[in-house]
Amino acid sequence: MTIFSFARLLAVVKKEFIQIRRDRITFAMMIGIPLLQLTLFGYAINSDPKHLPTVVVSHEQSTFSRSIVQAMQHSGYFDIQSTSIGERDAEGMLARGEVQFSIIIPADFTRHVLRGEKAQLLIEADATDPSATGNAISALQQMTTSLLSHDLKGPLAYAATTSMPYEIIIHRRYNPDALSQYNVVPGLIGVILTMTMIMSTALGLTREVERGTMENLLATPVRPLEVMIGKILPYIIVGLVSMILVLSAARWLFAVPFIGSLWLLVAVVIIFIAANLVVGITISSVARNQMQALQMSFFFFLPSILLSGFMFPFRGMPRWAQYIGEILPNTHFMRISRGVMLKGNGLTESWSELWPLLLFMLVVMCIGLVRFRRTLD
Amino acid sequence: MNDEVDLAVDVRHITKRYGHKTVVDGLSMQLRRGEVFGFLGPNGSGKTTSIRMMCGLLTPDSGEGHTLGYDIMHEAAKIKREVGYMTQRFGLYEDLSIRENLDFIASVYEMDRRRERVDHALERLGLQGRQKQLAGGLSGGWKQRMALAACMLHEPKLLLLDEPTAGVDPKARRDFWEEIHKLAAEGITVLVSTHYMDEAERCHRLGYIAYGRLMASGTPKELVANSGFHTWSISGEDISDLADSLTDLHGIDMVTRFGNTLHVSGEDLAALDAATAPYRDNPQQHWTLGTPQLEDLFIHLMGKAQDNYGLEAKK
Ligand SMILES: Nc1ncnc2c1ncn2[C@@H]1O[C@H](COP(=O)(O)OP(=O)(O)OP(=O)(O)O)[C@@H](O)[C@H]1O
Ligand SMILES: [Mg+2]
Repeated sequence: MTIFSFARLLAVVKKEFIQIRRDRITFAMMIGIPLLQLTLFGYAINSDPKHLPTVVVSHEQSTFSRSIVQAMQHSGYFDIQSTSIGERDAEGMLARGEVQFSIIIPADFTRHVLRGEKAQLLIEADATDPSATGNAISALQQMTTSLLSHDLKGPLAYAATTSMPYEIIIHRRYNPDALSQYNVVPGLIGVILTMTMIMSTALGLTREVERGTMENLLATPVRPLEVMIGKILPYIIVGLVSMILVLSAARWLFAVPFIGSLWLLVAVVIIFIAANLVVGITISSVARNQMQALQMSFFFFLPSILLSGFMFPFRGMPRWAQYIGEILPNTHFMRISRGVMLKGNGLTESWSELWPLLLFMLVVMCIGLVRFRRTLD
Repeated sequence: MNDEVDLAVDVRHITKRYGHKTVVDGLSMQLRRGEVFGFLGPNGSGKTTSIRMMCGLLTPDSGEGHTLGYDIMHEAAKIKREVGYMTQRFGLYEDLSIRENLDFIASVYEMDRRRERVDHALERLGLQGRQKQLAGGLSGGWKQRMALAACMLHEPKLLLLDEPTAGVDPKARRDFWEEIHKLAAEGITVLVSTHYMDEAERCHRLGYIAYGRLMASGTPKELVANSGFHTWSISGEDISDLADSLTDLHGIDMVTRFGNTLHVSGEDLAALDAATAPYRDNPQQHWTLGTPQLEDLFIHLMGKAQDNYGLEAKK
């Protein structure tokens, strides 16, 4: 007796495709909603997150460098995590999204300030999410004038009299123009996929139970796993199509750049879609009817949109909300897709966000399969 | 394979519980190969649940059994290959065309010569002309014929039909039963659950279930003969008044009206005669003592089951 048959799986997939094609409204929604959302969310929401993780690369240890670090800490916007880190390490942390800012104090900083020569402070900011960095950067600029005044006293006072003791150079990395669409589009892919994928599987399976076709299906030699995968596969393809739709719209409508590897993104999208589909299947095994399935889908969808860093900058959220956010697949997917699209991240940089996604998928898949089996009995 | 090959279904003491409710309670039933077995019982008595256990869709909580020689506890997959199960509700896809539905079922059974078989099934159904029509648009009778065709596609040796004729017009029902007997003549075993008495009379053997327990089984004749149940059949005038006066008398278990005839039944013949004696010499009515109808019998069995298990079930 075959445990898994490819022919039976194919039969389920084919049937599912015919049904998707026949269901005009759902089909239109799966294609139409992404485009609608892209246009609606094209304008991002601003807010004022604080305590952004920051590292300082200090090429000199002096009173000045220490006061700069201290003043930044006091401003509330920066959370200085290290002051003794190499430039290369800082670069890596920025790329992986572990820190938002990397401040570089050059070697001759004190001497330049004292001589009244233009001293430069270099700020590298991860601007993929401009609403997160904007306020912190302006706070930093206001600091400049007042910052060193009490260090520059007595014979050094002349240095403070110049309009600016040093100059701040900001590198807005990955999104130099601080355009919010850049940030929204990669996130939008995640939100759209979450919504359409969860809803279509959750409803698809409960519909079979509600209409009584599930009993007939299970009386045939089809295995539960074949039904489950057979239901998932067509929607993965539909999900990929809507992703391509959003990406093209992003490219031609909002001129969002795409620096990284498209194939890496596609691979991640497939994993992400699968993660959402198993959530949908788990919902369908709990829900008694399509209405309940719909409500539960929204119950999962809301935190995915609100707590994932799509609506509000992740680091601006309260701690408990961040913990919830860390569980959600959308959070990790969004970080990966932003990284790949805007920073050109590869697999190594993405891994730290990829494994939580995989873990989530595996855990929910186990729950889903166990629950799904139980509904047969 | 099992030794008792002449039994298509052989379940013993199977029990199924949902929560605290025992839906099927120690049911034992045997179906001989090639017979048409009628499965009767009131709503919620556990017919569908029993059938699901016989075809490997549900695993019994306790008991044992074989379907077509395969163990119902461990060989569900093998059973599903050789059994055709027609669900109580229409179980095919309403948003798929007739052909697509049949083709789907054929491929799920991994059958060879799929096209040919589907063509053949459509032809037998007389639906070639409408094969592209969506199944949802068919009338009740056609849906039922199509469902039967779908569960016959893989040439099963045993058919389990759960209320196949509910809501179907008399002509379609008659045709359906013709088909069933043709299949039985070919050696296929058929179990049909039904609420219709005329259908019960068409079966080789019957089983009556109430509160998840088998109350009686045998050929229709045997059931009537062994019931220990006696019925006076009365026709004539003023039957309504007579019914009212007889209803609560000692010795009379049941009074049923059939148009212009009245059936008055009881288990104890002496008591029944004593109770009816004062009314029997009315010249405008015609009294005959005879065997009960199947329906009288089943309603009587239902009442008996209620007395014995009803309270228990409510607990
Ligand atoms: N999955 C389930 N969970 C809980 N209770 C159930 C389940 N399936 C059936 N039941 C209960 O078991 C009892 C028997 O149901 P079943 O469907 O077997 O009866 P039936 O004889 O087929 O009735 P009908 O003639 O109405 O079709 C009913 O009371 C029903 O509510
Ligand atoms: Mg039933």
